[in-house]
Amino acid sequence: MADLNININGLSLKNPVLTASGTFGYGTEFQDFIDLERLGGFIVKGTTLKHREGNPYPRMAETPSGMLNAVGLQNKGVDYFIEHIYPTIKDINSNILVNVSGSTIADYVATAEKINTLDHIPAIELNISCPNVKEGGMAFGTSCVSASEVVKEVRKVYKKHLMVKLSPNVTSIQEIALAVEGAGADSVSLINTLMGMAVNVKTRKPVLSTITGGLSGPCVKPVALRMVWQVAQVVKIPVVGLGGISCANDALEFLLAGASAIQIGTANFIDPTVTIKVIDGINDYLDQNGFKSVKEIIGLI
Amino acid sequence: MKKLIDFTVTENKRLNHDTILLVLHSDELPEIQPGQFVNVRVDRSPSTFLRRPISVHDVDESRGLLYLFIKIVGCGTSTLGELQIGDKVNVMLPLGNHFSLPTSGKPLLIGGGCGVAPMLHLSRLMKARGLSPVVLIGTRTDKDILRKEEYEKYATVYYTTEDGSFGEKGYVTQHSVLKEKFDHIFCCGPEVMMKAVAGYANQNNINCEVSLENTMACGIGACLCCVTDTKEGHKCVCTEGPIFNIKDLKWQI
Repeated sequence: MADLNININGLSLKNPVLTASGTFGYGTEFQDFIDLERLGGFIVKGTTLKHREGNPYPRMAETPSGMLNAVGLQNKGVDYFIEHIYPTIKDINSNILVNVSGSTIADYVATAEKINTLDHIPAIELNISCPNVKEGGMAFGTSCVSASEVVKEVRKVYKKHLMVKLSPNVTSIQEIALAVEGAGADSVSLINTLMGMAVNVKTRKPVLSTITGGLSGPCVKPVALRMVWQVAQVVKIPVVGLGGISCANDALEFLLAGASAIQIGTANFIDPTVTIKVIDGINDYLDQNGFKSVKEIIGLI
Repeated sequence: MKKLIDFTVTENKRLNHDTILLVLHSDELPEIQPGQFVNVRVDRSPSTFLRRPISVHDVDESRGLLYLFIKIVGCGTSTLGELQIGDKVNVMLPLGNHFSLPTSGKPLLIGGGCGVAPMLHLSRLMKARGLSPVVLIGTRTDKDILRKEEYEKYATVYYTTEDGSFGEKGYVTQHSVLKEKFDHIFCCGPEVMMKAVAGYANQNNINCEVSLENTMACGIGACLCCVTDTKEGHKCVCTEGPIFNIKDLKWQI
């Protein structure tokens, strides 16, 4: 049994496997299938200051080895989360992170400030990369100036671990990563979805109500891996890798490329027990290859 | 409690050019309510990424059998049509809410095309409770009327076909049985048909539940892809449905 513990800049994980926001609900949706306490952590659905209805249906299109989504941050708002959802999950012995999003910097700040008061939430993942909202979201994450500005403002009010989720829909993800590191991020997670599109030739219309959506699943893995490797080369803060991870082998690729932890997203839809298989698979790999700790393989490339 | 089970195929019968009856066995078959669905993983189909949500046609609890009535529409369902006896199929179940089972009154169950699937399970349970369900099946032609004898075991069954090849010619909402008085309507089929039925139910002040089949990814309320617009905002068809009372939907009827 190898040591799977990892500390990412103060955030202590019992193993490097987290779940990606938007693919794991509030964790409880998966309770019939797995023991949530085995996870390094889980990142709950994107949360905004006010209730959001999200985008109209249709919001999803299956693609070869993946899917497009255009959910648009549907959630009941941070106050609802604190009052109704947090009490039902706070005692789960795992790291529960809240993914925080907003349309304006003031929204991000106000939401982060409220989450900061919750004892059982050790970190937030600041979502400056959602491609499915008209205002805010990815707009903040595609320029160094705005990315830096929103992180700087949130940093002033948020006292715990601040992870910033980056968009792949940029010219240089390294520059954005450096900008958010400079603004006070404790870690970066990447990649959010790649912007894509699908057309129904029978109706001659776009499949998604929003025309474009975010691509996820195994089809994005090589792009995600490349970006994780690139970012890990230039930043000093830990990198959390995600994008198409569906098995232990995929997770190991990200760790070797420089990720200190990984997130599993879309694969949860096909196999709700995939996270446990990945944790066990990482352990088996370490044992079989003579590594005593997962830390030994991070960034070997 | 939801389960993830490897079932064994015990029968895979082609019912007509585009419909199959897939019978799966497991000793762990959980209790399933009428109108619930299952999410089937499709192996050996490279272009099929997500599971396929399929409504439950019927169950045989004593023998651990799950009956799925599947219309072949693309690569995923086509691959399910090629499953052989003895093959394993991974299924997540039971999912979603269910039709409400009335304790009295006269129920009308309307199925359009492959939307007729859940009406067998529902009519069987209604008959077991001492009700006398009426089933109205609407299809394009007589070749699409499938498993007729099964439905006729539990219900008085009426038919419409668009070409008049069997039963009354036209759509379900034009059938003469609708002149009778019903207390409940349960409906599954193409949305345009369900909206027409909902309109009829509304005009006649009959309680009406419909089964929606929005495209979905997870089936357990995590991805929020399959929402429908209701009077209380977006609701997940996979967890807050697939059965909705028409008075909660925002359909223009």
